[in-house]
Formats: sequence, C-alpha cells, structure tokens
Amino acid sequence: MKIRVHVSLKPGVLDPQGRAVHHALEGLGFAGVDDVRVGRLIELDVADDTSDEALAEMCEKLLANTVIENYRIEKVG
Amino acid sequence: MSFRAAVITFPGSNCDRDMAVAIEKVSGTAPIRVWHGDAHLPEDLDFIALPGGFSYGDYLRSGAMAANSPIMRSVKRRAERGVPVLGVCNGFQVLTEAGLLPGALMRNAGQTFICRTVALTVENNQTLFTGGYDSGQTIRIPVAHHDGNYFADEDTLDRLEGEGRVAFRYAENCNGSRRDIAGVLNAAGNVLGMMPHPERAVDAAHGGTDGLALFENAVKALAEA
Repeated sequence: MKIRVHVSLKPGVLDPQGRAVHHALEGLGFAGVDDVRVGRLIELDVADDTSDEALAEMCEKLLANTVIENYRIEKVG
Repeated sequence: MSFRAAVITFPGSNCDRDMAVAIEKVSGTAPIRVWHGDAHLPEDLDFIALPGGFSYGDYLRSGAMAANSPIMRSVKRRAERGVPVLGVCNGFQVLTEAGLLPGALMRNAGQTFICRTVALTVENNQTLFTGGYDSGQTIRIPVAHHDGNYFADEDTLDRLEGEGRVAFRYAENCNGSRRDIAGVLNAAGNVLGMMPHPERAVDAAHGGTDGLALFENAVKALAEA
C-alpha cells in the first residue's frame, strides 16, 4: 500500500523558508503570490494490512513534530 | 569522590570531545563516552551531557532521529529519576524532540547559519546549572547553529516564564527565538537545553571563560548533595 504523509507547519508558526521562497518568486517577477508555506511530503510503501492507528502513530512519534507541524495521511493505493 | 558524567555520541555529533574536555577540566574526572546505540547508560551517573553537532545529518528534523535512538530511552528514565541532563545545541534539539523539554527549534529566522559569540542574560540563577552566575548577569557564549529559533505556543511560553524555567535569554535575539529564549529547563529543573555552547568558553584560549561557571556549579552542587 502506497501512503503519502503530508507534513505542514501549523497555522501561526512562522515559516522563514516559505518567506524566503516568497521573496524569490517576487524577485522572478511573479505577481499576486500572497503567501508561501514550505512543507514536506513523505512517501511510504507499507504492508496492506497496516492499520490507520499504526500510520497515525508513525506520524505522531517520528514523521511530524506536532509541536509545530500538522500531518495528513493520504492512501494512494 | 569522583564525578561520574557521561557524554553521549550520536552519528554526526561533533562537540562530544569538547564537552568531555570541559567536564574533565572542571571535575578532574574524564566522562564516560557512550555510543547512541548502547541500550543502557552506566550506573550511578551524576551528570549526562548531550553534545552539539549534526546527528544523522539533521535528517527529517534536527535531533529527530537521535531522539529515537536506543540510548535515549535510558536517558529519559534517568532524567525522570532526577539525574542532571545538559543538552547543548543539537543536544537541545534532541531533548525537545524526545519530549524531555517543551517547544521546538526551528530554522533561524534569518535563514543563515550563525557562528559567533553572543551575549546572554542569566534569567534564573536558582538552578543546578546557573547557580554560579548572578541573576541578570550578562555572559558571552558562542553559538553555532542553523536551527536555533525556539518556538513554543503562547500558553507554554507563559508557563515557562511563570515557573522560572527560562534559564538564559539572548541579550540580542540572533535567530528569531520566541521571547529571546536561549535555554529552558524541565519542570523539575534537572534538565537544561540551550543553543549556545558553554563548553566552548572554558579556556582563555577560547576567547572567554563564561561557560566555566555552569560546569563548576553543577560539579559543586552535586558534590555537596
């Protein structure tokens, strides 16, 4: 089973990297970009019987730092 | 009585020797060097140090992989039993990732790696680590980090300040840290994490010796205990 874990900074957590990318986009002449947030995509290939609970635990224990990040688990198939 | 300290080395630690030298200089006893993959710490430790560096190449998040290494289970148990634990730089990142300290260390607000000596203010001198300083004293300690921007939510920050758990603040905020926080303590006061490197300020040849008092006070306090 293919899984995608999308990790993003929580709202309200400043993202210096996103801000730098935002400035760079403006520097390239792209207008109308209001905000940029940089996250992380983690692709997993797991056994088909892996439970939702186990996937959530992987995110809580390691893949995301829930002090600063949210995560979303997507089953790709 | 000899001072039994342990310095943990993770793959990518690079300040472990400096930490061991600083502890030996002050205590007269060379610390036991412990590898991250060891299952257990030596018995009867007086002090545990998690050094700076780039454990696991900062993969995933700084300190995230090291926080889950075998030795950290043992470090957590000792910390809960009251053994003093000092985490410096990457060691601080490991302690937050391991849940031994609140908050997280994010990318510096200016995006750049910062390597210079900074002024710190001693906020709380009623701790094992800071008792050798005066409250409000300014000390000069080197920093060398890319991810030192301390973050915690407002409630946590209020609680840390209210409980006297901010050990050090930056006199001039170099990395964007919330409320200028450079070092925090756990609730019991036996775990300190700080981004600046006191072990790099223990010899006149380092350009300053303001880090000495931290180690001296810890050794003295534990000898008297």
